[in-house]
Amino acid sequence: MNVAAAFFYLFSITMIASAFMVIAARNPVHSVLFLILAFVNASGLFLLLGAEFLAMILVVVYVGAVAVLFLFVVMMLDVDFAELKQGFLQYLPVGALIGIVVAIELVLVMTGWTSSNASIASSGAPAAPDVSNTAALGQVLYTKYLYFFQAAGLILLTAMIGAIVLTLSHKPDVRRQVIADQNARDRKTAVELKKVPSRAGV
Amino acid sequence: MTIGLTHYLTVAAILFTLGVLGIILNRKNIIIILMSVELILLSVNINLVSFSSYLGDLTGQVFSLFILTVAAAEAAIGLAILVTYYRNRGSIAVEDINVLKG
Repeated sequence: MNVAAAFFYLFSITMIASAFMVIAARNPVHSVLFLILAFVNASGLFLLLGAEFLAMILVVVYVGAVAVLFLFVVMMLDVDFAELKQGFLQYLPVGALIGIVVAIELVLVMTGWTSSNASIASSGAPAAPDVSNTAALGQVLYTKYLYFFQAAGLILLTAMIGAIVLTLSHKPDVRRQVIADQNARDRKTAVELKKVPSRAGV
Repeated sequence: MTIGLTHYLTVAAILFTLGVLGIILNRKNIIIILMSVELILLSVNINLVSFSSYLGDLTGQVFSLFILTVAAAEAAIGLAILVTYYRNRGSIAVEDINVLKG
């Protein structure tokens, strides 16, 4: 067994075990940490497949942003998670049934498929042999898939605005800066000159 | 023994099944449901990248990138809705969400 196969089994077994722990752990913080472990191992699988850019993006985006966001929310919400865990055994039979059906379907698809030579020949973006994975991806992404790339940016913008709008709360008793009011002030409204007689006080 | 496309597809299929199982088993805990959706999207990504690698076609990796984008947006919006819901009701029990019915 060569090194690549050994690493494949290491990454995939760790990933599947941690994915199982994500859905089985009692504490949601542990679930998030196992999710991070699963993502890191998936990034190792991507490295084995030669998709270096996606492996690094997986670590940066998923582990660095999404999983940490999950961690923040889990720690911020003060929820009795033991109560939420109650239905686990109740749903286990139907869950196992559906899981077995899905697994059998996927195995049937996996063992039954073939790819014709025509579909391989009609490759949409054949990988250039002498450039790195990141450069090849960039050459395709910024030319052929430019509009999709822009649409992905729009999706992220929408998500950002939506998340801000949803979670921003205006408390009525907190004073906020009103820039228009500040700009509307001038010397006449802000400063008042008083003639104070000497030795008489104000 | 070489690692072929079928090995990667098997791993992705197991991961997908675990994700579906997580949605069904943790029906009360919406945070775990969101994490299971992330697992499912990860298995789809593994499928796309392994086909892309074995067919020598970069389209799969490009689409995997877009799926990553959509997954990040979905997690952000879902968690924002969750925070708003918790702020309004003081719990995140999924059964109570059907009061949203018009």
